[in-house]
Amino acid sequence: MALKYDPSNLDRPVKISIRNVFKVFGEQPEKALGQLKSGKTKSEIHASTGCSIGVNNASFDIHAGEIFVIMGLSGSGKSTMLRLLNRLIEPTSGTIEIDGQNVTQMKRSELIALRRRDISMVFQSFALLPNRTVIDNAAFGLEVGGMGETERKQRARAALKAVGLQGHDDSRTDQLSGGMKQRVGLARALASEPTILLMDEAFSALDPLIRAEMQDELVRLQSEQSRTIVFVSHDLDEAMRIGDRICIMQNGEVVQVGTPDDIVLRPANDYVRSFFRNVDVSQVFRAGDVARNTQVTIIERQGTSAAAALERMEHFDREVAIILGRDKTYHGMVSRNSLVETMKDGASDPYRRAFLVDIEPIPAAESLSAVLGTVASSAWPVPVVDEGNRYLGSISKSALLETLDRTV
Amino acid sequence: MTFDIGDGVDRAVNFILDNFSPVLDLIALAIGTVTDAIQSLLLAAPFALGLAIFVLLALWRVGIAFALFTGLSLLLVNHMNLWSPMMETLSLVLASTLVAMLIGLPLGIAMARNDRVASIARPILDLMQTMPAFVYLIPAAMFFGLGAVPGTIATVIFSMPPVVRLTNLGIRQVHVEFVEAGQAFGCTETQLLFKVQLPNAMPSIMAGINQTIMLSLSMVVIASMIGAGGIGNTVLTGIQRLDVGTGFEGGIAVVILAVILDRITQSFGKDRASVWRVFFQRTAQPQTVSTATA
Repeated sequence: MALKYDPSNLDRPVKISIRNVFKVFGEQPEKALGQLKSGKTKSEIHASTGCSIGVNNASFDIHAGEIFVIMGLSGSGKSTMLRLLNRLIEPTSGTIEIDGQNVTQMKRSELIALRRRDISMVFQSFALLPNRTVIDNAAFGLEVGGMGETERKQRARAALKAVGLQGHDDSRTDQLSGGMKQRVGLARALASEPTILLMDEAFSALDPLIRAEMQDELVRLQSEQSRTIVFVSHDLDEAMRIGDRICIMQNGEVVQVGTPDDIVLRPANDYVRSFFRNVDVSQVFRAGDVARNTQVTIIERQGTSAAAALERMEHFDREVAIILGRDKTYHGMVSRNSLVETMKDGASDPYRRAFLVDIEPIPAAESLSAVLGTVASSAWPVPVVDEGNRYLGSISKSALLETLDRTV
Repeated sequence: MTFDIGDGVDRAVNFILDNFSPVLDLIALAIGTVTDAIQSLLLAAPFALGLAIFVLLALWRVGIAFALFTGLSLLLVNHMNLWSPMMETLSLVLASTLVAMLIGLPLGIAMARNDRVASIARPILDLMQTMPAFVYLIPAAMFFGLGAVPGTIATVIFSMPPVVRLTNLGIRQVHVEFVEAGQAFGCTETQLLFKVQLPNAMPSIMAGINQTIMLSLSMVVIASMIGAGGIGNTVLTGIQRLDVGTGFEGGIAVVILAVILDRITQSFGKDRASVWRVFFQRTAQPQTVSTATA
């Protein structure tokens, strides 16, 4: 399928490029792959070869500096996809390029160098080595890479500090709480200053409060120093919260890649839609997502009379109209009544005096939950403007209800 | 045509004797040196020193009650005039355990890393374990004569399987995420083995070594039949003379040695935080547990 055009990532170079990647588990991968390409179903392939399909023809790009979330139910191939990136699992066919280098063709020694230098990983059950202290766990990657003891401990200590875990250097890992353990896991991954961080359900084992805290921590770390983060999750709230873009996988196939808004507003199929059954849409949507351009708009010019405006409002059967400048900046909102009143007075500047005083425009970036009250208590649709005060549309009560209803 | 397995084995043994005697001599020399060294070391120590070492070891690794048991039971052994034979037996046990580990650990590692090696080694290990222990005594005596060396070799063969099996099992059972973590952070195969797999397989490997020690203790007693010496001689004398008392004394000494060895070697697998270490940590570094931003 064609990937969605995404303006937010145009300025970021491609970091990881995945093309036609397949992973077949089993004894006869070549045969299974041939059958898969000739269009047989998975159950047919399993019956004839005993092989199962982990990843089926995945192609997408991950851009430098983004948090890219791979989402799917268990068995959708998301963890397999992640492990193909650093070849913990060998792909059956296809190419994976990191910074233009083909990872799939690398020799063992090149791969090890890549893992030490560029890619590190955070695991669901932390995978801290129990025979090591906190500091030695954090320094593990550096130790394996051959760095001397003083330097690697220094850098491990800095990494532990960066993730907010100080004073536990010589503790055993089984003395730490889950959240603290994963901070050590994160510090271990950050200590070698990789450009790519692979996170496999890294926060799933934590309780909800700690999970949210760790998500914020990750976003904060990302704001301090930008890395490319590939984050596997089965939790849409988490994906929406931290993801710049989301890739949804189903049965080993990539179903949709897009921004959180894309996924929610234009889900590719029912599988994708099923993810946000339980999502609080008022947190996900912004005012700008819901605003519709269905109101009458009138460009304000010098010396125009309000008669034409009244005429149009009557023609479209609208009670109110939005008054805009020539550059589409929002000036105000008038109702038929307020216009008629000011025209009776014969004022020279009919619109300005007819503006409805209790209408305040909402910024487009405001979350829907924050504007629910405003829209509900307003007699009229509420206008939405962007950061340049340009009019984008308005939110009516009916449009709001429709949005909230659509995804429940 | 008749087919006689016993005949064939006889001929094979003779063939080896005729053609490989220098190799056999070399093996005998190597093992003999090890057993002699350990034996003379253990026998050189007076009873009081040996007692002190055992009691302290028991106190460090297990606890005060077991240290008390160790002290009293060793006094009993000395009272029965079995201290020297017991040290002889212990030296045979240590020598054969050492050899069994030298061969068994690498073999176990090879089995864990390669399924083909595992599938070949497994039936051989089964054979080594199920063959009646006495059977090893005959070829051992034929190749190496009588004495401590053939005793050690027969003991090694009989007692090696547990350490091989449990090393293999321990490495295979290391949590897959630990192995993945090792690989993901750029371990070479060797680094993965020494930094991730072996440390995490340690409890299992120590259990294997413990079992090997126990098996070799039981075999060393049997090996006295080919002149290996030690407490086995006492037991053997008891049997030959139908002297229940002597046999029982030897039996008690074997049991005491077994219990002491078992408890002490088991404690290494558990990595027990001893009273001393806990005390030391508390006084040396007061822990600060308040800095996380959690």
